[in-house]
Amino acid sequence: MDGLPDYVIACVGGGSNAMGAFYHFLDDKEVKLIGVEAAGLGVDTDKTAATLTLGTPGVLHASRSIMMQDKDGQVVEPHSISAGLDYPGIGPAHAWLKVSDRAQYMAVTDANALIAAVECSRLEGIIPALETAHAFSVLKDLDLKPTDRVVINLSGRGDKDMNTYMEELNLNAL
Amino acid sequence: MNNKLTELLKHKPQNLLNIFFTAGYPQLEDTTTLLSALENAKVDLVEIGIPFSDPLADGPTIQESSKIALENGMSIEKLFSQLENHTPIVPVLLMGYLNPVMQYGLEKFCKKCQEVGVDGLIVPDLPMYVYQTEFKEIFEKYNISNIFLVTPQTSEKRIREIDDNSNGFIYAVSSASTTGSKTDFSAAADYLGKLKEMDLKTPILTGFNIKNQQNFQDACKYVNGAIIGSEFIRQITNVDDISQAAASFVSSIK
Repeated sequence: MDGLPDYVIACVGGGSNAMGAFYHFLDDKEVKLIGVEAAGLGVDTDKTAATLTLGTPGVLHASRSIMMQDKDGQVVEPHSISAGLDYPGIGPAHAWLKVSDRAQYMAVTDANALIAAVECSRLEGIIPALETAHAFSVLKDLDLKPTDRVVINLSGRGDKDMNTYMEELNLNAL
Repeated sequence: MNNKLTELLKHKPQNLLNIFFTAGYPQLEDTTTLLSALENAKVDLVEIGIPFSDPLADGPTIQESSKIALENGMSIEKLFSQLENHTPIVPVLLMGYLNPVMQYGLEKFCKKCQEVGVDGLIVPDLPMYVYQTEFKEIFEKYNISNIFLVTPQTSEKRIREIDDNSNGFIYAVSSASTTGSKTDFSAAADYLGKLKEMDLKTPILTGFNIKNQQNFQDACKYVNGAIIGSEFIRQITNVDDISQAAASFVSSIK
């Protein structure tokens, strides 16, 4: 594939895999960078890990960044179906990419991540990790043209999540 | 108002005993009870921990006390309201993590510290350059000492830099670990000996391993005193009378 992608999409917990995917395109302003956080049960519930959507500036684990906290500055316990996205902070580089509008961040619920995991498995024959499934889920929400070139960072395999998939999708009875 | 800490340390005294406990533990209203008990037992200074949900420098004992204190309803606001009703007679330090202080507001925090008679702050996750560029002026405005930590991994160059920027004591962590670990104190002797040889202008207190009179006396051979935290927390856990437990522990040390 020649040229640059139009979109680079990656899931974001603490943000390392997304940063690896975004890094090479940071100066190519025409490449849209999209980070996908875990909304858990929804960003309007208290069972969520959507740090950039809901968080405020603070210092966590020695980084000044955005974090999920209460009014006293105590860390709020995050929730996500995927262990890798279940983090109340975010790497400070992502906080900067968000406030400087270089990247866009979206949040996907546990339920929509599961749907995307099934679609990816059926259409591509690849069982994605639950974390990665969040990234796939936003495809349907983007206003994509047929000619758009979209790169999704398929950051992990779903083997490790089979127990959760079996349980959540009621596959144990099969 | 005088800073009781700099007053105490002016002539670099020896054998200083600093006791740490967590605010709002074991019960929410125990903070000033313990503070009074320690003052009556003639400790030299007291360090009160502000509980934080992610206490990354603390070991299991202090982590647990922080968790319980938060469940009890402890907050910075609450701690200041407790300290307002107590006039400290020994230097009082607050130890806490940066985020709750930031959210409370740094200047408001330092101003409150001065009002209630807090003399110094230990903020383990406050980097020195942030202190120098953003915090120092405010600390100085309210006459609050800032205590830096050094570990066996801190370079001599940085220790000297910390020495130049300190206006209280230097907190020498005696091993590269969290608080309350079970490492043998003798491993720290080499390191404390090296600190002593550096002949710093700032007094040194050491912590993170001191449990009994023997450890305390060993530490005091090298530095100006020692800090006991986890062991003290254990001593006031599940007892009928925390004041009595505090007094008898202090008398077993000094």
